[in-house]
Amino acid sequence: MAGTAAPKPPETNRVGLQKKDYAGSKSTLCIGCGHDLITARIIDACYDLDIKPEQFVKLSGIGCSSKTPAYFVSRSFSFNSVHGRMPSIATGTALANRSLRMIGVSGDGDTANIGIGQFAHVMRRNLDLVYVVENNGVYGLTKGQFSATADKGSKLKHGAVNHMHAIDLCALAVELGCGFVARLFAGNTKMMRQVMQAAMAYEGLALLDIVSPCVTFNNHAGSTKSFPYAKDNEFALQDIGFVPAYDPQYEEMDHGDEREITLGDGSHITIKALEKDYDPTNRIAALNLLAEYHESGKIPTGIIYINEAEPRFVDQINMCDTPLSRLKEDVARPSKAALDEVMDELA
Amino acid sequence: MATAQASEAETGTIVNDFVLHVATANGSGSQTSNMVLLRALFGMGIPVSGKNLFPSNIQGLPTWFTIRANGDGWIARKQDADVVVCMNSETSDEDVATAREGAVLIYEDTLGLADKRPDCIHYAVPFKKMIAECCPDLRLRKLVINMLYVGVCAQLFGFDMEEIKKALGKQLAGKQKAIDINLPALEYAYKWAEENLKKSDPYRVERMAANDGKIIIEGNAAAALGLMFGGVTVVTWYPITPSSSLCEYLEEYLNRFRMKDGKKTFAVVQAEDEIAAVGMLAGAGWAGARAFTSTSGPGISLMNEFIGLAYFAEIPFVICNVARTGPSTGLPTRTMQGDIISLFYASHGDTKHVVVIPSTPKEIFEMAGEALNLAEELQTPVFILSDLDLGMNYWMSDRFEYPTEPFRRGKVLSSDDLEKLGGKWGRYADVDGDGIPYRTIPGTDHPRAAYFTRGTGHTPQATYSEKPTDWKNNMDRLSRKFETAKTMVPKPEIKDDGHAVGLLYFGTTHEAIREACVKLDTKHNLKLDLCRLRAFPFTQEVEDFLHKHERVYVVELNRDGQMRMALNAELPRFSTKLHSITHYDGMPLTADEVVEALVKREREI
Ligand SMILES: Cc1ncc(C[n+]2csc(CCOP(=O)(O)OP(=O)(O)O)c2C)c(N)n1
Ligand code: SF4
Ligand SMILES: [Mg+2]
Repeated sequence: MAGTAAPKPPETNRVGLQKKDYAGSKSTLCIGCGHDLITARIIDACYDLDIKPEQFVKLSGIGCSSKTPAYFVSRSFSFNSVHGRMPSIATGTALANRSLRMIGVSGDGDTANIGIGQFAHVMRRNLDLVYVVENNGVYGLTKGQFSATADKGSKLKHGAVNHMHAIDLCALAVELGCGFVARLFAGNTKMMRQVMQAAMAYEGLALLDIVSPCVTFNNHAGSTKSFPYAKDNEFALQDIGFVPAYDPQYEEMDHGDEREITLGDGSHITIKALEKDYDPTNRIAALNLLAEYHESGKIPTGIIYINEAEPRFVDQINMCDTPLSRLKEDVARPSKAALDEVMDELA
Repeated sequence: MATAQASEAETGTIVNDFVLHVATANGSGSQTSNMVLLRALFGMGIPVSGKNLFPSNIQGLPTWFTIRANGDGWIARKQDADVVVCMNSETSDEDVATAREGAVLIYEDTLGLADKRPDCIHYAVPFKKMIAECCPDLRLRKLVINMLYVGVCAQLFGFDMEEIKKALGKQLAGKQKAIDINLPALEYAYKWAEENLKKSDPYRVERMAANDGKIIIEGNAAAALGLMFGGVTVVTWYPITPSSSLCEYLEEYLNRFRMKDGKKTFAVVQAEDEIAAVGMLAGAGWAGARAFTSTSGPGISLMNEFIGLAYFAEIPFVICNVARTGPSTGLPTRTMQGDIISLFYASHGDTKHVVVIPSTPKEIFEMAGEALNLAEELQTPVFILSDLDLGMNYWMSDRFEYPTEPFRRGKVLSSDDLEKLGGKWGRYADVDGDGIPYRTIPGTDHPRAAYFTRGTGHTPQATYSEKPTDWKNNMDRLSRKFETAKTMVPKPEIKDDGHAVGLLYFGTTHEAIREACVKLDTKHNLKLDLCRLRAFPFTQEVEDFLHKHERVYVVELNRDGQMRMALNAELPRFSTKLHSITHYDGMPLTADEVVEALVKREREI
């Protein structure tokens, strides 16, 4: 008797959601845009980390990159704000509800040009935020002008040359006390997948500066942010693994010569240095590395710097555990005796 | 030896009615001395006000403090001082030259002013010599010398020394060492005056009982209290005079009264600039906090892009603009009502905002809490329009009443609500016909709770749209919301006795107008009805007032008549009735200026 096999139940993660539950609207970016590759990795990471969409928020500034929160996890709240000011929106959101997990998506123009001030200050504050810069060296949305991350000597499509020094956001972040700094290439799916999860699990500010080519305005010869250039010049510093907190395999793994970093939530990052032994917990080494590679025109990818010691912003300011948005009147309004006390002092 | 030159004023005595003007150098500690005099008068039950005219400087430049004591309760600024205390040798020549005819002058006797202004009453006092005698510590003399004029004034005008001591104790609360240094100097000067000065002026203070149940407070502190008791949770700020002390007071009060189990039930963040300050508010208001910042005109300019976004994305938060004079630095330590247009219509595109306009500390206390309610109910930025005069000067006030009304948090859908709706709702849908949509707050545990917030065009369902009809419909709904706001904002204070002429004003001109009206009535037989605006949008009562009166004078502290412009824009059919009376030298208004302007204008009609 021929029977029909029971349909295989769809694959779900530990909060019972399928991959498609993390989908967003259809992307309206140019076909082949690097930003879409990053979107896909964010969806993977959310699924892999069992993130509850209701507990997750997506924030952005303005630009092609800043549009992308519409293309992932539609079940999460999102705020596409104003140009260069994503960090302040994220800060306010965290102040109102410290229990939310936040990702902020920005572009190189949004961050390194108009938003460099807010970038610097959010680094100093160590907000609990995954800060993604989708770095293509140009303003995509306004049709291809140079941004401040464009390398000196690189060329625009119609030949104009950039004579100014580039702002290295990773170096700046390390300098400003950021505790998780990674440089990635949107074309390196494997590394992005691991590092995206690690960044989301990290407690504090994690900066991901991701070379994400603009296929329409900055993918030509003479650009140092094109797919061909990045493919030829990426130098992967490390082989990076991420093991979630719940995974019992971690203890049994052979860690060999890997560096292991345990995060606040109990998950682990394993970092195996490729070629020379690079210590990503050493700030000075990190700055030297960035300077060296910059000179050579190579793109070093991996975890440039990681440090767990810094207190998060909400703890620096000694905020209570209950999200401020949920405080009720009995807590948020002091007693009549308090008012009387002040009135007596002023009488 | 002090000289007292006689004048014709020797005849009568003037009780509880004078303006005392003290000229000192900034940073010399004179604020404590001035506050002791102010508080002592207040303690004696005499109505009083204190206005600080200070430079944009930390130390050294001239500063003046004006105290007006008036038994009848007139405490607006008055142009001419009755008593001038000259402690600053840099300005004493000018201070003496510009004193009104017959004024009382108190000054350091080595300044050589005895021959100047024979029309005035002179008290030359050897302050420098005295301080050497009563303050052994050389380093402290520069500061303590200011206590000497307190002692001299106290003796000359008959202050109750017990009230002086009480005031000093209050001013230096908890600093016994400072009291031990200052009090002997003060008493020394009192005794010196008693022994050496021959009273030759008419001014005297006498205890009365006008101040029972009253307090003295700056508007910024009052606003801070209103916000704390209104349940503010997120405060961001970037320092700028004259608004800084608002957030400083607020942080101080919150640290004192809003700690729970050693942790803060609030957040105060000093932002890197005003753009970040307002950006944080937008994030916080969006995510469900009662969010607040204070700033002044230059900060409002920087905040404009976010203000427009918050209007359009419908995000609640409150901004207090403690206005100062002019653009950029302008006169940063002077007052102005110069940000009317830039607040009412702040940002680009079609925007207009809800603004509450307090006149007194008590009102800013109440309106600050109410602004937090209105912002959440209307889901929009709400502004409190204050100014330097209200914010940083000292005002008598009735004690504030404890707010008992529950916080009004507006139309927020919980996960239960969403469940009942079967997950069907639209963030920008006008369900109730009042233009106010429903919102959900990030973190709401329901798969249909989330929506996408953006500055670009959107449908009632919060999806992206560039369709002309979607845009227009949404803008029309925002207009309906503004109409709804008219029924919710504070109504004007109206005094209508059926006169033909009306006077419309707002904010800190209140005391001067009150005094002017009595003078206009009694001295010029000019009777006026009054409308004190307390909010934008203009409510029905404002329309009715304009409708009923033949002519309405709009009094304001700016050159171009910005409130009149707004009235013209919003209620154009009354524009021919409106006449401007403007004042724009950076100083608070005086009653005499209003009287003079009105008498002249009415004569011209
Ligand atoms: C205040 C303001 N100025 C200018 C613009 C126009 N603008 C929109 S996106 C953009 C640049 C975006 O570049 P980037 O952040 O690199 O994003 P990309 O499009 O390259 O992903 C500019 C200048 C704006 N939206 N707001
Ligand atoms: S213009 Fe460039 S950055 Fe923008 S979507 Fe197209 S490829 Fe991407
Ligand atoms: Mg770009």
